Order: sequence, then structure tokens, then C-alpha cells
Amino acid sequence: MLVFVTASLLPGDIGRNILGPFASESDVAIFNKAAGVDRPLITQYLDWISSFLRGDLGTSLQYRVPVSDLLGPSFVNSIKLAAVAFAIVVPLSIIGGTVSGLRRNSVTDRVITVTGVSFTAIPEFVTAIVFILLFGLWLGWLPVSATAPEGSNVFTQVEYLLLPSFALVAVLFGYIARITRASVIESVDADYTRTAYLKGLTKKQVVSRHVLRNSLLPTIAVVATQVGYLIGGLLVIEKLFNYNGIGLRIYTAAVNKDYPMLQSGVLLVGIVYLLATLVADILYSLLNPRIRVGGDQ
Amino acid sequence: MSAMTDDAAGFEPDAGLVPSEAKIARREMVRQLLRSKTFITGNIIVGFWIFWAIAGSRLTPDDPLEQTDNILKAPSSAYWFGTDQFGRDILSRVLAGATSTLTVAPLATLIAIVCGTAIGLVTGYFGGIADETISRFVDAVLALPLIVIAVSVLTALGSSNVTLIFVIGLVFTPPVSRTVRATVLGERQLDYVQAAQLRGERAPYIMFVEILPNIMGPIVVEATVRLGYAIFAIAGLTFLGFGVQPPSPDWSLQISENYTLLNSGTYWWTVLFACVAIATLVIGVNLIADGLQQVVDE
Repeated sequence: MLVFVTASLLPGDIGRNILGPFASESDVAIFNKAAGVDRPLITQYLDWISSFLRGDLGTSLQYRVPVSDLLGPSFVNSIKLAAVAFAIVVPLSIIGGTVSGLRRNSVTDRVITVTGVSFTAIPEFVTAIVFILLFGLWLGWLPVSATAPEGSNVFTQVEYLLLPSFALVAVLFGYIARITRASVIESVDADYTRTAYLKGLTKKQVVSRHVLRNSLLPTIAVVATQVGYLIGGLLVIEKLFNYNGIGLRIYTAAVNKDYPMLQSGVLLVGIVYLLATLVADILYSLLNPRIRVGGDQ
Repeated sequence: MSAMTDDAAGFEPDAGLVPSEAKIARREMVRQLLRSKTFITGNIIVGFWIFWAIAGSRLTPDDPLEQTDNILKAPSSAYWFGTDQFGRDILSRVLAGATSTLTVAPLATLIAIVCGTAIGLVTGYFGGIADETISRFVDAVLALPLIVIAVSVLTALGSSNVTLIFVIGLVFTPPVSRTVRATVLGERQLDYVQAAQLRGERAPYIMFVEILPNIMGPIVVEATVRLGYAIFAIAGLTFLGFGVQPPSPDWSLQISENYTLLNSGTYWWTVLFACVAIATLVIGVNLIADGLQQVVDE
């Protein structure tokens, strides 16, 4: 599936781009030949895909080092940032969505829903800048840079990642909370909830055993689809904070027409996205006995 | 409608009845929209920005591109929103900045809606192999984050406003076609479609003249929702440098040009007002979308 996208990358003049506008025509030709970018596109493509499958991502045209050496650490950095963002947003939006679902149409519900919807619509770099101004510069609570000093412990690293992850949290919160709210409302109205009340369970028991267990299913599905957005968001946020993650790598590769790097980065991101969808499907079936193949029923 | 009266001559009473019913329904819809606070508020906000998008630099207090010696002045009575690193008046730049966003995003949305509706109608109406093939391709495109596709394609084709419009338009086509397809699947079973088929109407006629007017509601909602996403995506791409180029007073561009000045917390005015402008516009568009959705769903 990903082949379509990578195949659509039509190289411009790569040699010209890397050697700069003052390099002579012949130097450019020599460079292009050495890098193998003067060959027909389809040959380059087949070559690249076969080495990718063997684990060889090729050599970065810009840095002249193997792509995997650069992508590896950046990937780890992005995972850290994404993990912090998810660790904040998932519990927060589930609580938010549940509260507003249980107190439908109350003031609390309105506030949560309106805030969520508004933040979801605002581009992440806009919220990020407002957060930087507010928490980073005026209040001075959080470090403005995303990269913790060399060799700092986990807590310091997380502290540095808080500000960049807030912007991602702001965008994701609305989506997840809205889905949670809708499914909480649905299960509150369901017959099994009434039955649970009628058999004398307390509200707390009903919510935790019946309402939440049923309404978290769609939430999990939506969390996984948001991984796709998150990757796009990382591109912008990592650029804004100049944080060495996969998004910044893809961005830099795109700007410098570093095709091996760009293709590998995009493909890697695609794989992560597919894996996330797969994990969501598995989780979904684990939590929902109704769609489990060969279940007790 | 007048073009089809010859074809449908035998169905004169029907042809006369359908539009009037539709007109009543439409009037009712408008009445509901005018009572919706969300819809009205959204329209006021978006209307404000549309006004400035059209007026542009003609009505701004200063020329948004004019450089002066008053560099990085804080907001004052002379410069309400302060000045940037080239001494340009930020109030004028923020107001004139509406133009680029409100041209690129609606045009991209228009492309997505037109292409997506056509594809959705064809796949939903015919089903079968055409549907299978196109739907698998749509799945393939949706398998990657939109921004990542856009960045890759813009790298290959070069950055400009026109490319950006087409890239966003095409990237947004699959999701639109998916929504339209789902709606068409529901309509296809209805009596009026079968009646048209029995009359011997050709498929394009049934799709575009019979079905299309009946699914306009969901399409309009989809268009407003997409417009919100388009502004979001275009803002991000412009911020990364793949869209409008300097010295345009575009909001995202202002932010990307000035955010490095933020380090010490001074010069906040160079970015904050552009941030507020983008935020109000997208919230306005989303309010309109919410209002429409509620009315169409009922």
C-alpha cells in the first residue's frame, strides 16, 4: 500500500540541490551518477525497496552516512515525545469524556465539550506557541526547549517534553473526549445499565463495571486512529521545538531533497501507523468478547 | 431543472411537486439555522475574516508590506499590535493575512468536494469492481498521515500556493469520497432511484440529477468540516515553509518568521496576534459546521 506514495516521489535535480547553485554542470552529473539518481526511476525504486526489505535503508544524500544511523535515534526521540503525549491525553480525555457523558448537558459538560472542540480545531503550532509564552516564558514553570541536557535522568527528560506534548494533547483531547462522551451516553441509556441499577448496584459499581467497560471500546479504536494525526503533528512540533525526532528528520530530508532519508522516514512512519491500527484491532477484540473468534457464546 | 423537463415530460405533476416540497424543506432548514446560536456566532466570526480577506491591504491602517524604521515596537497607540523585525505594522499584517488562508483553503476544499463527490457517487452507485478498486486505493492513501503525504508530494513538485491547493485538494478527496459513498449506498435503495432506473434513465443522469440533490445536506456538512481541516493542514504546511512564501502577510508565515524571537519572552506581539487570528477563524468554521450538522441530522 505504501508503495504508491513512495513511488510518487519524483526526484528533482538532487546533485544540484546538494552541491549548491555554484557547482559546475559536470560536477553535478558526476554526483548524480555516483548516487545512482541518474538511472530510470523504476530501477532506483526496485533497488531501494529490495534493500529496504533486507534492512538496508541506504545512505543519506545529505549527510553521507547510513540512513538507519540517523533515523534510529530520532525514532526513539519521537517515541518518547509521543509516549508523554499519550500518557497525558488518554487518561485525561477518558476522564473528561466520561464526566461530560455522565452529566450530559450540564455546565461541566458544556465547558469540557466546547474547550475540547475548540482546541482540536486549532493548529498545534498555534497552541504550542501560546503555551510556550504562557508556561515557558511568562510563568517560567516549564523549560522552553524540548531537548533535555545530555545525561539527564528520566524525570528531567519528561519535564522537557511536557511543553511540546501539551500542544499535541490539546489537539487529541477533543477527539478522544468526544468519542468517549458519545459512547458513555449510549451505555448510560442502555438496558443493561438500567438492569444493573435495578439489581441494586451502587452508581460507582454501575459506572465502572458496566458503563465504562462498554464505552471504552470505541475510545480505544479512536486512540489508534489518532496515531496517524500524531505523526503529522510531530512533524510540526518537532520543527517548532527543533527536537531531533523522526518528524524533524522527514522535514529536513524534504527540504534538502534527501530522498533515501525521506523515503525511509515516510515508510517507517507508515509501518508504525499500520502497527498501531493492528494493535487497536487486537485490543478491541480482547476487550469485546462479542467479536472474539470462537468465543464462549 | 429546465433542461430535464423535455425528458421527463410524462412526469409533469411529479416534476412540479418535488421542487416545492424541497423548497419547503429548505426553508425550514434555513429557519432552524437562523435559530442556532452556534451557526450564527460562527458566521459572524468567519464573516469578519471574509470581509478582511476581500478588503485586504486596501483598508488596513498601514501597508502590510511597508518596512519602516520602527523595528519591533511594542503595541502602542500608534501601532496597536506593535511592529515586526522589519518595522511592519502587525495589525495591518494580521488583517491582510486573512486573504491567503481564505483563498487557499476554500479552493482546496472545493477540489476535494468536487472530486470526492464524483468518486463517491460512482463507487456507491455502481458497486462491484469499480468500487473495490477505487476503495482499496482510497484505503492506501488513507494509510499514511495526510501531512506526511503532502510534505512528500510538495517536495517532489516544489512549493507554491497552486501546488498546495492541488495537493491538499487531492489528499482530502479520499475521505470525502468515503462519506459520499456511504450516503449514496443508503439512497440507492430508495424508491425514486428505482423509479428512475425503470424509466430507463442513464446512470450519469440518475447519479447527478436524481441522487446528488438529495445528498446535498451531508455534502455541505462534509465541506465545512473539510474546510476546517484544510485550514489546519495548510497552516501547518505553510508554517513548515511549503506554502505561501514571504513577504506575504499570511498568519502561519508570520508565526514561522517570528517565533525564533520568542526566546526571552519579549516580542510576544509578533506571533500572538497571528495565533489568535488563526484560532478564531478555525473555531468559527467549526461552529458553522456544528450548526449545520445539527440541522441536517434532524
